[in-house]
Amino acid sequence: MIRLEGVSKSFDRTVLSEVNLEIPESCLFGLIGPGAAGKSLILRMITGLLRPDRGKVTVAGSDVLAMGDMQLHEYRRGIGMLFQNNALFDFMTVAENIAFPLRRLFHLPEAEIAQRVAERLARVDLPGFEGRLPAGLSGGQKKRVGVARATVTRAPIVLYDEPAAGLDPVTSQKIFDLLRAEQRAANATVLMVSSDLDRLLTVTDRVGMMLEGRLIFEGTTEQAKNAADPRVYQFVHGKVDGPL
Amino acid sequence: MSAETRSGARPVFDGLARKSGEWLSLVGGFGVLFADIVRRTVRRDFDRSEFLRNLYRMGIKSMPIVTVTALFTGGIMVIQAAPIVQRYGAYGLLGWGAGFGTLREIAPLLTALMINGRVGANNTAELGTMAVTEQIDALRALAIDPVGFLVAPRFLAIVITLFLSTIFSDALALLGAAYAGFGFLGVEPAVFYRGLTTGLLGFGDVAHGLQKSIVFGIVIGLSSCHYGLATKGGAPGVGRAVNSTVVASAAGIFVLDYLLSFALT
Repeated sequence: MIRLEGVSKSFDRTVLSEVNLEIPESCLFGLIGPGAAGKSLILRMITGLLRPDRGKVTVAGSDVLAMGDMQLHEYRRGIGMLFQNNALFDFMTVAENIAFPLRRLFHLPEAEIAQRVAERLARVDLPGFEGRLPAGLSGGQKKRVGVARATVTRAPIVLYDEPAAGLDPVTSQKIFDLLRAEQRAANATVLMVSSDLDRLLTVTDRVGMMLEGRLIFEGTTEQAKNAADPRVYQFVHGKVDGPL
Repeated sequence: MSAETRSGARPVFDGLARKSGEWLSLVGGFGVLFADIVRRTVRRDFDRSEFLRNLYRMGIKSMPIVTVTALFTGGIMVIQAAPIVQRYGAYGLLGWGAGFGTLREIAPLLTALMINGRVGANNTAELGTMAVTEQIDALRALAIDPVGFLVAPRFLAIVITLFLSTIFSDALALLGAAYAGFGFLGVEPAVFYRGLTTGLLGFGDVAHGLQKSIVFGIVIGLSSCHYGLATKGGAPGVGRAVNSTVVASAAGIFVLDYLLSFALT
């Protein structure tokens, strides 16, 4: 279980304010909200890349903020993450990018690495792309390579920041279906930030909505679709008229 | 003091305090990064394949520009010295004169400035691009320390590249000087060579320049890695970081050259 308790963060303004959030184990949780609401910051706090000013972040009972370098290293081995900008290493080929965590963290034999890379590439519909450099890929292809890298270690926790940004609707739905299938196969706990609500809400178990640094809703996907809070209802249904 | 004067002085003091804070933070950042690199180097806790990859692209690929710079620098020194050499007929001292200036000062300094422009700027641009496109964060999220994987190998590659390039540059600059001496002054290469080796120049002069090259390499490596990692603000931020690296490294090289020239003489 991932738990955030009273998490607050300020830079030149308050970006997160007293956020309390629980993500049950093996749940696919969608985090939604308008831009600059603090969604990506929550992902970075869970990975330990960003420390809150106040509050506590615990994952499977361990306090992420209290971890030393070695513990943090071990903890991060159990996390897969897709960044908003994909964050592919541009001096590595597609295959090297996907193989990177397997080589560096798990020291698997090269034959097994090659087999797992090929399997991942086939899964994201990019077979034969092993030798290509990220600079030669389209936005959608980069996103799919990012997904392949995030899932190649079969980590028990996977965090996706805008997994379908820049993809056409069909590819986007394929990606969400793939991520759902991956989550079920690995029984992973997944936290997904996405603005593509039409497709996101087809795969989530639970949903949370952030607004101006606060978590204003948390519940099942069905509850989100029928939310009594007019702000949540307006956002989920993409209505122009409303309090937002 | 009137209230008006006090209120007028306040922004100046605030500005000074802010600038001092920024400088302290910059110096502290350099210190922490350098200590981390030294610790990893001593423990050999850095990525060796990245080190070799960088040594190749920074070192081998800098050879053409180092060659051109060194050959012409040697020649320029002879052209500048030619009127004096001719006036006093000091043809036998041409090798010593060119060698003294080249080995102790010109070769390490100009090689460092060329490596700063080519390698230092490029290193900052690469690390800066990685920082603004979240690649550095991706490394951390993958439980890989960017200092051990990216920074220490690049820092070491820069220091070694500059050291080896300076040796190469020393030799080529003297070759350029010998050819220019022959072409402009009719000084036979054998006479030039005797001027170099008759005892007025020694290993100490070579070592003087090479010690400087190590310090210059540390300046370029540290500055380019620090500004690269600290890059913020997208593509304009990368441009600002590259600019800061080139200026800070060049200024650092000249200041330390001055101090080292005192200390090592």
